[in-house]
Amino acid sequence: MTKHVIAPVGELPPGSRKFVTIDDRPIAIFNIKGEYFGLLNRCPHQGAALCEGPLIGLAQSSDPGEIEYTKLGEIIRCPWHGWEFDIRTGQSYCDPRRFRVKAYPVSVEPGTSVVKGPYIAETVKVAVESDYVVVDL
Amino acid sequence: MNIQFRERPELAAKVQAKVAIADCDIHPARATKQELYPFLAKRWHQHLETYQEHPYQGMMEGPPYPKAQPNASRRDAYPPEGGMQGSSLSFMQKQHLDPNHVVLGVLNPLKTGQGLRNQDLAAAICSAINDWQIEKWTSKDARLKGSIVVANEDGVTAAQEVRKRAGDPNFVQVLLLSRNVEPLGQRRYWPIYQAAEEAGLPVGVHAFGFGGNPITASGWPSYYIEEMVGHSQCQQTALASLVLEGVFERHPKLKMVMIEAGFGWAPSLAWRLDRNWERLKSEVPHVKRRPSEYIRDHIWWTTQPMEDPERRDHLFDVIDWIGWDKLLFATDYPHWDFDDPSRVLPAGVSDANREAFYLGNAKKLYGIA
Repeated sequence: MTKHVIAPVGELPPGSRKFVTIDDRPIAIFNIKGEYFGLLNRCPHQGAALCEGPLIGLAQSSDPGEIEYTKLGEIIRCPWHGWEFDIRTGQSYCDPRRFRVKAYPVSVEPGTSVVKGPYIAETVKVAVESDYVVVDL
Repeated sequence: MNIQFRERPELAAKVQAKVAIADCDIHPARATKQELYPFLAKRWHQHLETYQEHPYQGMMEGPPYPKAQPNASRRDAYPPEGGMQGSSLSFMQKQHLDPNHVVLGVLNPLKTGQGLRNQDLAAAICSAINDWQIEKWTSKDARLKGSIVVANEDGVTAAQEVRKRAGDPNFVQVLLLSRNVEPLGQRRYWPIYQAAEEAGLPVGVHAFGFGGNPITASGWPSYYIEEMVGHSQCQQTALASLVLEGVFERHPKLKMVMIEAGFGWAPSLAWRLDRNWERLKSEVPHVKRRPSEYIRDHIWWTTQPMEDPERRDHLFDVIDWIGWDKLLFATDYPHWDFDDPSRVLPAGVSDANREAFYLGNAKKLYGIA
């Protein structure tokens, strides 16, 4: 596992996402209400750039006529076939038994520790006084 | 460098189809309404701006069911220069034709004059769409071939358009839609089949269209998902009508393509037709052979949306019945239920069948060397 610096926290406000390519792997980093999550930007169904889809909520029904809409902004919907995945876990809501999108742990690290390493951050200028979003893969 | 930032999200790298393919269902779009004007007489410009189009489906401005994605299309398929998905040749080449190794792409324009009540306008728009296919698409990219769209409800005028385009290498088929004023085997449509047979062109029947009838045989359903699965029902009605009205008996060289309505139901429909024909053939004495024989001899099937049963041997059983020589691979680009060529066919298919499925059958049917 190698830690890669994605961006200063100020560049990734809640509700936003950032696309990066690390070791030829397309990755998307999401900020959901102050928490950060990383997903492989490739739909396990047919390979579309999953994370470019809209952020939605989860519509579920326990009984006919009862609809719960939860996880608003925490579900990503694929731009092709509309497959829905939980950004927190990578779980598919369309076919949870067969499919899961790869999820990567993301953390916030202070500039003082990022400067020390071992982090890889060729294109992000690191300053000790900032905090950074870091993905582990 | 192992971190790259991108100004604009690009396509995910993915496993690409390694073989050349034919895509037998591509939907080209217009970037603007006015894009068609150079191919329409001035009289129609003013008509469109004054009266607009008047479809068979009353009170209808757009499709009556909401689509799951904008314009029923992939969200990643908007051209960078603007316009709706499928309206840019250069972006279609970059996003689809080049990376997916498409060597033959059959264009099926959907928003045409088909389904308009004003038959003169319908014919003018259809003819303009045909000119537009040449000007914007087929003359610019030799991989692409057009479909002759016709004013479907006026068989005589439609046949004139087919004859006008006969022999033009820009076109490889005549295009109809599955929902019409009457089931497709009925006499008002016969001139179209006559002209297509004479021209040696297959007739494709693509799902959708609006003929003024509810979209199912028992009324209007509540949900878009019912429209999606209902296409097979409409297509079965069309196919049964074609067989039972004797269209293939009259036109022994006619070839037809069922586009975007599935194929898993083909054996079941044929079995049911055969059984009833054995008992009721005195009602339809012009149907001389078993219905299943006409279906096997005259019908080709595009694959998208590919049937996906839990057990792949069920899929193979169906294909064995239909024939590996009758399937035509299709993606439906740029629509949202696009099938990716590298993902669609399960393992366990012989090289010969795989080649036929992806390319060989289409080249043979459409007469492409």
